Order: sequence, then structure tokens, then C-alpha cells
Amino acid sequence: MGTMDVSIGETKAPPREERVVNDLSIQIATVNGSGSQSANTVLLRSIFQMGIPVSGKSLFPSNIAGLPTWFTIRASRHGYIARRKEIDFLVAMNPETAAEDVMSLEAGASIVYDEKLNLGRLRDDVIYYPVPFDTLVVPICPNAKLRKLVRSMIYDGVLAKLLGIPMEEIRTALEKQFKNKPSAVDLNFKAAQIGYEYTEKNLPQRSRFYLDRIDLTRGKIIIDGNSAAALGAVFAGMTVCTWYPITPSSSLAEALTRYVKRFRIDAKSSKATFAIVQAEDELAAIGMAIGAGWAGARSMTATSGPGISLMSEFAGLGYYTEVPVVIFDIQRVGPSTGLPTRTAQGDILKNAFLSHGDTKHLMLIPSSVEECFTMAIEAFDLAEEFQTPVFVMSDLDLGMNNWMSDPFPYPDKPLNRGKVLTSKDLERLGGFERYRDVDGDGIGYRTLPGTRHPKAAYFARGSGHNEKAAYSERPEDYVNNMDRLNRKFETARQRVPAPVFQEADSSEIGVVAYGTTHWAIVESIDQLKEEYDLWISYCRVRAFPFSQQVFDFIRRHQRIYVVEQNRDAQMFRLLRMEVSTEDVRKLRSIRHYKGIPIDARTVTDEIVAQESPK
Amino acid sequence: MATTTVPSPRKKVNRIGLGPSDYKGGRSTLCAGCGHNSISERIIEACFEMGIEPYRVAKLSGIGCSSKSPAYFLGSSHGFNSVHGRMPAIATGTILANRNLIALGVSGDGDTASIGIGQFVHLMRRNLPMIYIIEDNGCYGLTKGQFSATADLGSKLKTGVINDLPPIDTCALAIMLGATYVGRSFSGDKRQLLALLKGALGHRGTVMLDVISPCVTFNDHEGSTKSYSYVQDHDAPLGEVSFVPFFEDITVDYDPGTTTEIRLHDGSHLLLKKLDVDYDPTNKMDALRLLTESHDKGEILTGLLYLDAERPNFIDMLNIVDVPLATLPESMVRPPRQALDEIMEELK
Repeated sequence: MGTMDVSIGETKAPPREERVVNDLSIQIATVNGSGSQSANTVLLRSIFQMGIPVSGKSLFPSNIAGLPTWFTIRASRHGYIARRKEIDFLVAMNPETAAEDVMSLEAGASIVYDEKLNLGRLRDDVIYYPVPFDTLVVPICPNAKLRKLVRSMIYDGVLAKLLGIPMEEIRTALEKQFKNKPSAVDLNFKAAQIGYEYTEKNLPQRSRFYLDRIDLTRGKIIIDGNSAAALGAVFAGMTVCTWYPITPSSSLAEALTRYVKRFRIDAKSSKATFAIVQAEDELAAIGMAIGAGWAGARSMTATSGPGISLMSEFAGLGYYTEVPVVIFDIQRVGPSTGLPTRTAQGDILKNAFLSHGDTKHLMLIPSSVEECFTMAIEAFDLAEEFQTPVFVMSDLDLGMNNWMSDPFPYPDKPLNRGKVLTSKDLERLGGFERYRDVDGDGIGYRTLPGTRHPKAAYFARGSGHNEKAAYSERPEDYVNNMDRLNRKFETARQRVPAPVFQEADSSEIGVVAYGTTHWAIVESIDQLKEEYDLWISYCRVRAFPFSQQVFDFIRRHQRIYVVEQNRDAQMFRLLRMEVSTEDVRKLRSIRHYKGIPIDARTVTDEIVAQESPK
Repeated sequence: MATTTVPSPRKKVNRIGLGPSDYKGGRSTLCAGCGHNSISERIIEACFEMGIEPYRVAKLSGIGCSSKSPAYFLGSSHGFNSVHGRMPAIATGTILANRNLIALGVSGDGDTASIGIGQFVHLMRRNLPMIYIIEDNGCYGLTKGQFSATADLGSKLKTGVINDLPPIDTCALAIMLGATYVGRSFSGDKRQLLALLKGALGHRGTVMLDVISPCVTFNDHEGSTKSYSYVQDHDAPLGEVSFVPFFEDITVDYDPGTTTEIRLHDGSHLLLKKLDVDYDPTNKMDALRLLTESHDKGEILTGLLYLDAERPNFIDMLNIVDVPLATLPESMVRPPRQALDEIMEELK
């Protein structure tokens, strides 16, 4: 396989100042399956422990071992955690990509590399730090099998010396990484130390980049979005999860399995207060979740694009029979199999209307790991309140990467189980009609199978039905039902998470973005202000249907840039469908669809280009 | 106003005080004479005679003529008519959410053996406690009579088209894959079907009943192997099945010399009166061999083909709490604040 297939080269950025403290990015190029993951996590954690805001993004192939993998660490005293496309430090461990990786760097960048790769002659405007990894690892690790894994830790030591990371931070991070495995901690620490000592003796620091202890991460946690969403499900009282493995969502179900085993075993009976079932495919996964939701469980599934396509028939059934279910969509790059291990926001339009006929769905769109947690909880509440499928639109960048965050808040509201009639209620009411809009909000009352009352039963069906849930093909019944479903959707408009605003005074320019694009936007807004004196207001959309505040924001501004990570401007189009005719012309689109997370510079350059008089 | 009380004729009621009409459903919209309607009647009788509480039953189906039929029995049970070939998933979710329900699934041969074969085989593997009935007419009635995957090789459509592909034997599949109560019957054989259904209600695992049910409109003619006359002529019962519910003593039909007695989970008994073969329904190999042999002879082997009362079912294997997951209180499903604090501390 040629290295060009997986290139991540991008356009150049403006030059940077002299001595730079706590503002740098490191890219580690390795081969997957080489044990670099632990070394990378330890490096990330060490910087985090120094109090420096940090983010890590893994760029990995859809493969188990032997293909190129990049891990990017960004440390930023400004707190920026979006991907930065300029690389200050490259750790080149992969012979396949090394030359290309080196050539794509800015002038002045530093390269730590495996000596035998002989990269030193490629160009002369970068700083080289050759390290004899193979020679160094032998004395500390007699076991040849382990050597391959331990070898990566050496570059942690090299970087620690070059950048100023205290070795005790590396040790603390290792202890966190290898909990209950003191021998692994010792061995890996020895490897880091060898790297540190070698650098001390042989490689004087010549670059401009340093790390220095500050105090901006105190009390923060580090977690990936899938684990955060899984935790949310645990605290949302999820009782049934049925799923089918697919990258990048599998780790959500797996994290969930770990958490429920720990926190959701009934102490009295030692039995599970949940059921997690790996289904035979995504059709079954969503079908089981809908069956469970109908019967009263808080049910969920987790999937990604190809799974979503398979689930579309059931999504329509859920919408039309009005069954609560939560679907976590960890979006990846399509179409078709696409780039399974790369990130995108490509399912927005599809999920909004997933299934045939007039179908539409609630979507919650988290931007952060904290929102993965809180929106998971909200999703279960909304699904039961509105008796409908709710999609949580995460993505690979959010789901599989480690993010810094404030600790998650314990839910402050009790579970909202929605309008469910018990046998006592039926005793009092004498009966009910499943699809009647008693309260005028479009939401009917439901009963659960197993409710002990002769009037409790109703027949859920995907075919046409009237208010009593009886089969009907009568035009007035059909219209009545469809209009009520619309009413329900309108009610949801003001119940879903409201947009979040960051407004500049009297700005004409607005940005609308969502999900992980957020992190590039907040940085880009600062760039535009500092570099171009352009003041931008920002509306972060957090749900579909759009609440009124989104439309008001668009009305208040002259030009609206909708920024997103897909080719077809999906949110832009969705907004065009919904905003008033006079506001449609305000909408402009900025898209980034390279499979790697969007960066601020791309947004800044695009806005500047479009704002400049032609 | 003074009235004289005339004692009304005693209504026929079962052990929980319900009459047969309490198990009725809506009026059938299937064709007159459709085998499916007879199956609905047997389900009504079985539930009545077994004293099943209707509120405990969940009726589940996919798409097709068969899948409409749950609307025509047990009107006071919840029902879910879902999407084509996917009833097993709906049933699985339903039982995961509420393990106390009696899941009664009705499918067809197209719904099961064509579009639904994937979910069908995995359902059988899991041994989910449910009753899965195939109303098998070998054709697609609702779309006007195309062949399904259970149509026999060489059988003919009304239009003269001959089926040149071998059928899928759903019973053989179910036995091989792990279903624990597998039978075949004929919609016109009231006695056998009723006994099989009553036995099914006492079983705690996957019950798979393939019921040949002629399509009077599209597949009840010469050339069809699923017509009334063909089945009546080629039905080869394994033995006579009688059933004694757990609340009755075994006194009837009991002839130790010719009868095998099988005890089901709920204490009921199935009595298998031997005919010409010495048949042990707990022997998987025998069941599969007999199915193959009679198929080669052009016979339809009916009766209880296979039973395994030992294998744990899916819900037992998952070790779920006894209370339905659907009705667990918040205190049991939302861990306390200190649990979250603990995790947050670990992530710092």
C-alpha cells in the first residue's frame, strides 16, 4: 500500500514567533499495533498534569496492525483544543510515511526520528533529533517480544527532555495507564528514562517550543466521547441496549457494558438491572431496541453511517408507532463504507428524515464529552416524553478521541418517563385512546404491555391507524394522525436543547455550527478578531428541530456562515428548508470534508475570502 | 321496579373466570376459509383452556396475511404489527423489557423463510422464551400468490409457474439451531394443533410451530403441496399429541403402554401416543432424520418433533432481575451521586 493513500498533508499556515511556551502541537507517526497508544496517552496525560490544556487526536487506519497511524497532541495555554494543522514536533517512527511526513512540515519544525530512517538529508530548514531506538531498548528490555511495545516509550522521554516535561509526571501518568501493573510501570518508565538520558547527553534543545507548568487543568477530567455517552446512558437509567459492532461506535457499547457491570447490578439479588445484547445486525439491533421501548424499557442502540442506513425502515416504524428509543450515531466518513476510521458530520440530513414517507426525527448534537453525557440523559427523557426515536449525533472525533472536560454534573431532574397510564389510571379513566391528542401537544397517552387492566391493550402497527390504534385507511384518519405527529414535532422544538450563543456587539456576520466543528469556530473567531478585526457572532445549534432562537439569530445578522464537516452542506440545506424566504439568501456555506477534524485556520481563511470584496 | 331474577344459563368459564369471548379479537379480514383463521381459533381455545391472563400476552408479528392475524384473537392483549421479517427482533426487545410477558409471535413463510430468515435463525439460537408460529401456505397471499421459500420443489402456482428451488424446512432449521420445542401441524387438524399450542404455553424457551395453512385464494389447487387436499392426503402424524395442563390430573387418555409422557416447565404434561414409530422427541438426530425421510417420501410429518426442556433460555442466561426491566424504579436504574463522583475522580 502506498503512503499517498493515507496522506494528511495540508496547506501552509503563516509563520510563528520566537520562543513559544505552552502552545505547540506534536504529531507522532507510527504503525498501528506497535504499542504507541500507551506512549501517546502517557505523553498527553503528562502535559495535562502540568496544568496545560491539551487535546489528543488519533488518526488511524481501518486495520488492526501494520498501517500508518498518526497521533496529534495539542497543548494550548489559550485552551484551544481543535486540531491544529501546523505541526511543531514530529515523532517519525514509521518508515512508510516518514519522508512524506517530514516534507509536509513547516520550516523550523522539529523532528524526533528513528535514527535508522536516515531522514537528516531530506531538507535543511527543520531541526533533527535522531534517536537510536533499537540500540537503546535492548539493555532495558531483554524480552524481545516486549521490546516492540516498550520502544515507543523512549520518545516520551526524549520529548520530556526537549520540551521540559518533568519525569515524575511521566511516572504518574504511567501509574494511571497501567493501574495494578507495577512491573509494566517500571519497565515503561525505564524506557522513558533511557530516552531522557540519551537526549540530555546527545541532543541539545534547538527548537523554540517549551512546556511550563501552569494551572489551567485543575479538577478537569480526560475522557473520550463514547465513554461519556455510555456513562450518560448509565445515569439515564438505560435498561436495554441492543447493538451491532461498527467503528466508531463499538467502544460506546463496550464502555457501557463495563459501567453497568460495575454500577447496575442489584445488590440484593446480584442480578442485572439491564440487558445488553449484541444483535446479529443493525436491523435486529434497532428492532430489539424498539421492541424494548414499546414494552417500556429505556432502550438504546449505538451505530454509525452504514448501520444507520440499515436502520432506516425501523426508524420509520418507531416514528409512526410512536415508540421511544435512543440511537447514538457516531458519524464517520461515507458514502458507503467510506473511511471507517475518519470523522465527518455526514448523517445530519439523512437522520433528520430517516425512513420513507413523511418521517422526521429529533436529533441532539453534542459538541463536547460533557454534552455526550448530558445529552445522553436528555435523549432518554425526550424519547419517552415524545414517544419517538431520538438520535444523538456524535462523531468519530468526539467519540474515539480523548478530551479534557470539567467533571460531569449529576443529573438534577428525576427521570421523565412520559405519558404512561397505569392500571390505576385506567381504573379512574375507564379506558383510553392511544393516539388521541388529549393535551393539545400532539403527544398521546400510552400503556405498557403487561398492564393489568382489560382496557389497557392497544395494537401498535406500522400501517395506517386511527386514534384508537385500529387499522384505518380513511383519509381523515390518516391526515388527523399525521397532523398530530407534526404538532408533536412542533412541541419538541422548544423542548430540545436550545442553541448556545457567543455574540459580538453589533456584528453583521454570524456563524452557525454544531458538534465538533465548535472547537474550530471558537478559535477561528479569535483569529478573525485579532488578525483581521472581523467580529463574528456565533450560534451553536444543538438540536433538530431548530428552536425559534436559531431563526432569530439568522434574522439578526446579514450574512450567516454555516460551517460543517461534510461535502453537501447538510445543515446549510436543512436550515434553508426551514428559515423564512427572506433569510435564505443570507446563508453561506463552509465545508471541510477531509476525514480529519476541521481546524480553525480553514474556517478563518474561508470567511476572510468570502468577506473580501471581489 | 320489581323484577324476578331468572338464573341465567351458567356461562362457560375457565379457571380464572374468563369465558371464551374474553379471548376473541377483531373480525378477520382474511379470505373466508383461510387456514390462518383456524389457527387464530385454536390460539383462542388454547389460551382459554389454559386460563392465560390476556394482559400478560404480547402478540407480535411482521408483515403479510399471517401477520395481520394477531388483530383477530386476544383483543385485550397488547399487539405489535411491525415490519416485514423483523418480528423476532421486536419479540426479543419486548421480552428483554418485560420478562413476565408471554410473547406470542405469528409469522408467515415469506416473513420467516425469505425476508426474515436472518432474524429467524438467530432467534432460534437464543432460545428466547416465546412462541413462534409460522402460518405456512408456501406463497405470498397479500401480493397475490408468488412463491415463498417454503414452497415445495415442483409445486405449481395458479398461473402455471413451477417452483424449481428446494424449500427451506423451518422445523429442521429450528431444531438444528437450538429451538427447544419444535412442531409441525396443519391448520385443519384442530385436535393436534390445540394440544401443541397448549404445550407451547407451558414451555419456557423458543417454541417453533410450523403450521401448514392453505391459501384458499392462491394456493389451494392441484399442483400445490400446501393445499387442503394435498396435506390431508400426505399428513404423516408422528403420534397423537394430548395435553394435560398443570392444573389437571392426568386421567384422560392415559395408556402407559403406548404413551410417552413429557413434563413441561410449568408442570403441565404432554402425552404422546405412539403410532407406528417408536419416537423419542428429545433425540435431535432422530427428529432430523425423520424429517428428511418423510420429506423425501413427499409426506408432511406432523406432531411434536423435538423437545428440550433442559436448555436454559435467553433471559436466564442474561441474569436479569426478576422484576420487569420496564418497571424498575429510578432508585434501581440510576446509580447514586457518589458513583459518578467516583468515576470522575478516576478520570482526573
